[in-house]
Amino acid sequence: MSNNLRFKTSKFIDETYRVSFKFNNKTYFGFKGDTLASALLANGIHLVGRSFKYHRPRGIMTSGSEEPNAIIQLHDNSSRTEPNVRATEVEIYEGLVASSQNCWPSVNFDIGGINNLLSPILPAGFYYKTFMWPASFWEKYEYFIRKSAGLGKSPKVADPDIYEHKYIHCDVLVIGAGISGIMAAKMAAKNGFKTLLVDEKSYLGGSSIYDNSEFSKINNQITSSWLEKEINEISKLENLEIKTRTSVAAFHGYNFLLARENLTDHLPINQRENKVRQRLLKIRAKKVITATGSIERPLIFDNNDRPGIMLSSAIKRYIDLYGVACGENNILFTNNDTAYETAMSLIQRGIKINAIIDNREQIDSKISYEVEKNNIKIYKGYTVVDTYGYRRINKISIMKLSKDGQTVIGDKTKLNCDCLGVSGGWTPAVHLFTQSGGKLKFREEDQVFIPNVYPSDQISIGSCNGDFGLEEIIKNTLSSIKKFLDIDNSEYKTVETISGLNQSKRNIWLLPSDKSKGKSKSFVDYQNDATAKDIKLALREGFRSIEHVKRYTTTGMGTDQGKLGNMHALGIISETAGTKMGEHGTTTFRPPYTPLTFGTIVGRNVGEFFDIFRRTPIHDWHVANNAEFENVGQWKRAWYYPKDNENIHQAVQRESKAARDSAGILDASTLGKIDIQGTDASEFLNRVYTNAWSKLAIGKCRYGLMLNEDGMVYDDGVTTRLDENHYIMTTTTGGAANVLGKLEDYLQTEWPELDVYLSSVTDHFATISVCGPNSKKIVSKVIPDLDLSDEKFPHMSFKNSKIDNIKCRIMRISFTGEHSYEINIQANFGKSVWEKCMEAGKDFNITPYGTETMHLLRAEKGFIIVGQDTDATLTPIDLQMDWIVSKKKYDFIGKRSLYRSDTIREDRKQLVGLLTENPEEVLEEGAQIVADIKKSPIEMLGHVTSSYYSPNLKKSIALGVVKGGKNMLGQKLIIPMENKNINVTVADPVFLDKEGERLNAKL
Amino acid sequence: MFLINCPFCGEREQSEFKAGGEAHIVRPKQPTELSDDEWAEYLFMRKNIKGVQFERWNHVHGCRKWFNMVRDTSNDQIKAVYKMGEKPPVK
Repeated sequence: MSNNLRFKTSKFIDETYRVSFKFNNKTYFGFKGDTLASALLANGIHLVGRSFKYHRPRGIMTSGSEEPNAIIQLHDNSSRTEPNVRATEVEIYEGLVASSQNCWPSVNFDIGGINNLLSPILPAGFYYKTFMWPASFWEKYEYFIRKSAGLGKSPKVADPDIYEHKYIHCDVLVIGAGISGIMAAKMAAKNGFKTLLVDEKSYLGGSSIYDNSEFSKINNQITSSWLEKEINEISKLENLEIKTRTSVAAFHGYNFLLARENLTDHLPINQRENKVRQRLLKIRAKKVITATGSIERPLIFDNNDRPGIMLSSAIKRYIDLYGVACGENNILFTNNDTAYETAMSLIQRGIKINAIIDNREQIDSKISYEVEKNNIKIYKGYTVVDTYGYRRINKISIMKLSKDGQTVIGDKTKLNCDCLGVSGGWTPAVHLFTQSGGKLKFREEDQVFIPNVYPSDQISIGSCNGDFGLEEIIKNTLSSIKKFLDIDNSEYKTVETISGLNQSKRNIWLLPSDKSKGKSKSFVDYQNDATAKDIKLALREGFRSIEHVKRYTTTGMGTDQGKLGNMHALGIISETAGTKMGEHGTTTFRPPYTPLTFGTIVGRNVGEFFDIFRRTPIHDWHVANNAEFENVGQWKRAWYYPKDNENIHQAVQRESKAARDSAGILDASTLGKIDIQGTDASEFLNRVYTNAWSKLAIGKCRYGLMLNEDGMVYDDGVTTRLDENHYIMTTTTGGAANVLGKLEDYLQTEWPELDVYLSSVTDHFATISVCGPNSKKIVSKVIPDLDLSDEKFPHMSFKNSKIDNIKCRIMRISFTGEHSYEINIQANFGKSVWEKCMEAGKDFNITPYGTETMHLLRAEKGFIIVGQDTDATLTPIDLQMDWIVSKKKYDFIGKRSLYRSDTIREDRKQLVGLLTENPEEVLEEGAQIVADIKKSPIEMLGHVTSSYYSPNLKKSIALGVVKGGKNMLGQKLIIPMENKNINVTVADPVFLDKEGERLNAKL
Repeated sequence: MFLINCPFCGEREQSEFKAGGEAHIVRPKQPTELSDDEWAEYLFMRKNIKGVQFERWNHVHGCRKWFNMVRDTSNDQIKAVYKMGEKPPVK
């Protein structure tokens, strides 16, 4: 479009490098170095989006990360598409594609704009109040609300980019490379501190780097020249690492910070291949220097949101840094001196300024006199009362402010403009400081919150600490950094400054208008369309705390987190409520400071690394033999092994039958194994298990039940006495880590006098369980030297042995009720021994079975699975396992709790067996159990915990917990399902071979 | 995120540790001789202080040792760490 908006400029824009990009399907040109915002402005485009609620046209407002309006969809229709990106932060590259959000069919004509006309009936809390009834209509409402709200579109396919995490440890972290950050970094690095300097922009120097004004000088040089030399010097320092395009997202306690480093976002897509896009830096700094600067405040007046209304400092940045004029017919509206710096930048390039509207009656600074000398009309003591123009501002009307600033007086004057720069002074960027737990104080003179109490070894300097004048910034930076780092040499001899600005300001949070009350639309939060009127309504309705007002009006709740308007919201609240600033609190600034991508948050933990899993040493065999897997804790366990076209049910029926008829083989390597040694090992087991252990002979195994101190079952497993002072404990697969932790806890904190040492050996052994009537024959083929006779190797005993010269431990223990052996061997031999067993079992139809069959087989025997049949509310007595609770032992973990008034209640839920009337009917696990379905409400007596069809018993079996179930044997109960009631009978939980004949059969 | 000075390993990230509740609650030596109320006092009752609190921590992803910590819960300042069995170095 108009070339007259682009001016010959500095080194920041490479005018020989033209870049084409697409915005809303139209192609434009910019230059290398432009942001999307500066390139659009250079093309005369202000209107870039629609507001969230009223769909009002909105333009680019700022030039940085605080932007509330110019949030766009980047990489439209590609796998990289990203919503809510600030156009002011996007560096353009060849081929960039972007589009407006929150408008349909287009940003210039948006149907949702009807909401603007309806705005009188869309006050704060409108959605809360309106769509609450009738409640059943909510689903219908929601569909339309979601459609009309919502910012941007999420990608629908996997992110093609690479992300990573990196830890950084440094002595000093400096956040922000403006004038004070640069000075602090130099002082730290030169005094031997390992220093890291980060800045969110692509260049160093902050806003001073384009300060070419004669009105602010350092050592008699123009600020930008002085600063350039400083930057040149620090870039050579060995102790200093500098990271640009790096935004600190979070400042946590103990100087732990998260920062996002952007590595490829400024490159054309074809140059990003195989490069890391963004890096999450996890920084632990001994000392933190926050030099995050300040954010210019807008002014709150009627219709202050039209495209073309911008922060005055943004206009200055666009012209000085990018050589882009935001308008050809400008007006500046201010309550302080900084707008005059913008005026001087425009004057120097001959860009027209129609007028300056200044809230102040008295203006007394060199720079303002200079501006006046250029024949620019300054309306002193005036305010803007309204603005005009739909897609772009074209006119404003102004009036004189009354003495107290609460009303307007006199005649209304209309002035033409195509760009209005506003400046309401500056708000220190204290977000990171407060995130770290810092406490703020309010400074009355210029109405700002500044850091007061530091929670860690950190300091804020420069304008984020409330130092706004150049002299103040430099003087205070030098003195406070010297003190903070405890150094003598500041590296700066004398730094003389000259500034033509003075710090006077006339702060009026909500500027008056001539319109009748309630008619004006003065936006406090642009992104969320919260107006001053909404805030006042919230106060009238009784909200007081800023946190409540925020949620009710949504002020400060957009993606920009109210970086521009939060202070005004606080100001309006305190003015309206007649209280002091800060009395209602300040809103909490939560991380991240600017939004992070999910990619950055997860880093490399994607795909197979998202949630790492553990494989057993025999895993590859299971994969090769068609196993389906089940996740148990972090383990992948073989679930079942379908043959041909078997489904899970068919496979499990076949496996279960084979295990009882001939032989089954199970990979039990995932069971937790804890090696226990020490002279007090027996005593220790006595204290942690419910049964007695002192008399267990060497070479014998015993099943143990472990409780929590509250008497509830915690874990179970078989423990074997390997030697006088040496045991190996097995735990459940999922409980292994917790059991070890619990045992260590008691050992270290309650019984430090016991001589016991614990070590996890879960991963050291592969465990292969061979069961069934033919198991003995198979194991004797695998280990011919071992005497497997019942006399030498009875049930519940253990032998050391060897397979091909490799030491192994064989236990004769059983979780299926069948004669069975467990082979434990060094993990890396696991697969070969498994294969050996398969080979030896060939003639006996040895059948590998998975966890599902294991569960079925044990359920037939009524063996519990901790965590499936128990849920931390069941005692061993509730489980009908009284036999395992020693009456003789004086104490063990949980003993006292077994006879608390609550645990001895008769009507506790107790474990029972359940048999269905129709033996083919299999219950659903988790189904509720009731007795009387005529009573209302129906009383729930318990639920089904395990349920299977047993091929060995040829009927459905189930375990469940039922209130008072112990005394209900034979009683009929009902399982109510969605479309039927299933009749069941309470039965003994041991369904098969109660006498143990199979286990003890002579083989 | 805290930087915790494990009494056995030195300064480590908080992510290596697990918090273990209130410290200095001694397991009764003769639980069977306690009334239900006395046992419940040991079993269930824990303080939740805003201010200085004595806590148990475990260097679970490190040396696996339990130790005690004095922490001000209002500002997360760690006042001291000390080994199990030792007396708190601060009040």
